[in-house]
Amino acid sequence: MSAEMKSDLIALLKSIAPEVEESGLQADRPLRDQVDLDSMDWLNFLIAVHEHFRVDIPEADYRLLVTLDDLVAYLSRKRTP
Amino acid sequence: MTPHAAAARPAVIRKAITGGIAPNLIDYAATRASFSWESARAQLDGMRGGGLNIAHEAVERHAQGVRRNQTAFRFLSVSGVRREVSYAELSQLTNRFANVLRALGVGRGDRVFLLCTRVPELYIAALGALKNGSVVSPLFSAFGPEPIATRVNLGEGAVLVTTASLYRRKVEKIRAQMPTLKQVLLITEEAVSADIPGTLDLGELMAQASETFETVATAPDDMALLHFTSGTTGRPKGAVHVHNAVVTHHATGRYALDLQPEDVFWCTADPGWVTGMSYGIIAPLLHGVTSVVDEGEFDAAHWYRILAEERVSVWYTAPTAIRMLMKAGAELARAQALPSLRFIASVGEPLNPEAVWWGQDVFGMPIHDNWWQTETGGIMISNFAAMDVKPGSMGLPLPGVEASIVRRDEKSGAVTVIDTPGVQGELALKTGWPSMFRGYLHEEERYRKCFAGGFYLTGDLAMRDADGYFWFVGRADDVIKSAGHLIGPFEVESALMEHPAVAEAGVIGKPDPVAGEVVKAFVSLKAGYVSSEALRMELLGHARKKLGAAVAPKEIAFLASLPRTRSGKIMRRLLKARELGLPEGDLSTLESGA
Repeated sequence: MSAEMKSDLIALLKSIAPEVEESGLQADRPLRDQVDLDSMDWLNFLIAVHEHFRVDIPEADYRLLVTLDDLVAYLSRKRTP
Repeated sequence: MTPHAAAARPAVIRKAITGGIAPNLIDYAATRASFSWESARAQLDGMRGGGLNIAHEAVERHAQGVRRNQTAFRFLSVSGVRREVSYAELSQLTNRFANVLRALGVGRGDRVFLLCTRVPELYIAALGALKNGSVVSPLFSAFGPEPIATRVNLGEGAVLVTTASLYRRKVEKIRAQMPTLKQVLLITEEAVSADIPGTLDLGELMAQASETFETVATAPDDMALLHFTSGTTGRPKGAVHVHNAVVTHHATGRYALDLQPEDVFWCTADPGWVTGMSYGIIAPLLHGVTSVVDEGEFDAAHWYRILAEERVSVWYTAPTAIRMLMKAGAELARAQALPSLRFIASVGEPLNPEAVWWGQDVFGMPIHDNWWQTETGGIMISNFAAMDVKPGSMGLPLPGVEASIVRRDEKSGAVTVIDTPGVQGELALKTGWPSMFRGYLHEEERYRKCFAGGFYLTGDLAMRDADGYFWFVGRADDVIKSAGHLIGPFEVESALMEHPAVAEAGVIGKPDPVAGEVVKAFVSLKAGYVSSEALRMELLGHARKKLGAAVAPKEIAFLASLPRTRSGKIMRRLLKARELGLPEGDLSTLESGA
C-alpha cells in the first residue's frame, strides 16, 4: 500500500521535475533539500497529489508535508475513513 | 492600457493620519522640495578621508552606539530554531568573516560569491566581505550549475561561500570551469560532512579568526555589490553597485518603507536577488531595526504565524507571494491577530488592484506597491504611508528621484519627454541618484546604451496620470518576469539548444495568474527525432538540471519550425501572440504587456 503510494508520488514528482533520480531520494529527508523545486513546482506537485489521490490538502497542512514519508502518512490517514 | 480599478471599488484609497505612529514622510511636496542627496548623505557616518562603507553604516554605527544590544537579525531556521543576533554580536561575527577573507589573501575589490539559503552565515558573509572592501555577489540558491558558472566567470569570483549539499549538487562538477575561483568556503550543516577536497570549513575558520577588525575605508565610488540581471540577448549582465548606494538604501528605507526605530521588519525576498540584498540586509540595519529572516520557503499558514509571533510591523513582500496568500483564503489570514502590523509594501512586478484591495480587506491597510530595478539599486517610485493609494499604480517618485515618461527616436536615439498625462512611453530616470548602477561588468557598450539625454532608460513602459502617479504598462523587450525575477530568454534557449534533439528554441513569458509570467519554451527538433511525451520530459529534465528550477521552463511545446525574421532572429513576439491567441498581424498590442 505505502510502497505503491510512494511510487505514485515519485511519478507525480517526475512529471514536474523529470530529472529526479529515484535511487537518490531518501524518503525521510525533506524533499526540497534533495530535489530542486521552486515554490511553483511545489504547489504544482501538491495539486497533482490532490488530483491523483483525490484527497483535499488544505493550505494549512502544507507545513506537515516535508518528506516523502510525511506525504505517505498524510495520505494514508486521510484516505482511511 | 488604462488603469483599471476593480469593479465597484473606488479608484483611490484615501489616507487620513489618525494618531498612532506618524509616518516619516507626511507632506510629499514639502519633503521633495527640501530633499537633497547631500543632506541624506550627512545622516550617515562616513569614514576617514571621505570614505564610505555600507557595512560600517549598517553594522558598526549601531554596534558602537546606543543600539548595540538591539536585535539586528532574528533568524528562523527551517528546523524551527530561532536565533537572535544583536548589533554588537553581528559586528563581531562579521569581523571574524572579514578576518577569514584577509587570512586567505582575499582583499579589496576581490569578488566574493554567495550561494546558499537564508542562513545566518549568508548575512554574516555579505557584511563581512563588505567590511573587508571585497565585492559581494549573491546567487540565488535555486540556480542550476550553468547559471552559477556563467555568473562566477563573468564576475571573476575569487571566493564562493556555499553549503556542502549545494556544493555537491551544483558546483563540484563545474568547479574546473571556474578558473578564477580560488577558495570555496563551506557553511557547516548538520548531518552533512563538509570534508570535501578543494574546500574549506567556514565554521572552523570563523572559530579561529579574531573578532576585531578595522573596516576598510572604501571610497564612495568603490564597487561594493555585483548583481546579475537578465537581458533579452546574450549573457546575464553584472550590474555594478558602489558603496555610495548606501545613501539611497537609507533614504528609501526611511521614506518608502517608513522604517522607524522600534520596528520589526520582514523582507521576504531572498538575498540572491537585489531586493533581498538592499532591503533584506542593508536598509533595515541602516535604521537599526530588528529584521526577521525566515529560511523556509513560502507557506501561507507559516507566514501568518511569523507576522503574528514575531510582531512584524513593516512587511515588504512580492506580488506572487500576495497572490498565493490570496489563494489560500482570507480565513487563514484572519486566523491570526496582527496588532503590530502597520505597513505593507510590495515589489517585483505590478501589483494588481485586487491584491491592493485584498490587503485593505484582510489586514485593514492597502498593500503599497513600489517600483525599482536591479540597475537602480533602490526603490525609485513608491506608494507612501501617508499618501492616497490608487490601486494598480506604482505611486510617486522618491524625494531625490526625477522620473519621466519619454520616447526614444529609433534612428537618432534622441529622447523626448512626454508631458501629456496618460500617454504611454518608456520610464526614464534623471541620472545622478547615489545607487545608480555604475556599469555592466566588462560591457561598456551595453551600459552606455541605457543612457540618453541625461536619463537612464529603464526598458519598462509606463504612463503617468494627471496627479503624477506612475502606472506600469509592460516591458519594452522580451525579458520574462516570473515571480518578480527577470529571466533572459536567451539563457534558457541556449541551454535547450545544448540537447542533441533540439534544432531551435524560442522562449517566452506565458501569463500566469500567480507568478505574473512563467517560462514557456517552444522547440523544433533535429531530423531523426520525433516529438513525444517522453522527449518532452527529457528536455524538461535537461533544462532543469542545467538551469535550476528558478530559470528552467515550466512548459515545453514542440513546433515543426520556429518563426524567424529575415535576419534569422527568432520572433519571440510572434510565439507569444500565438500563445495568447492574439492576431499575429497586430503585434503592437504586445508592447502593452498584454
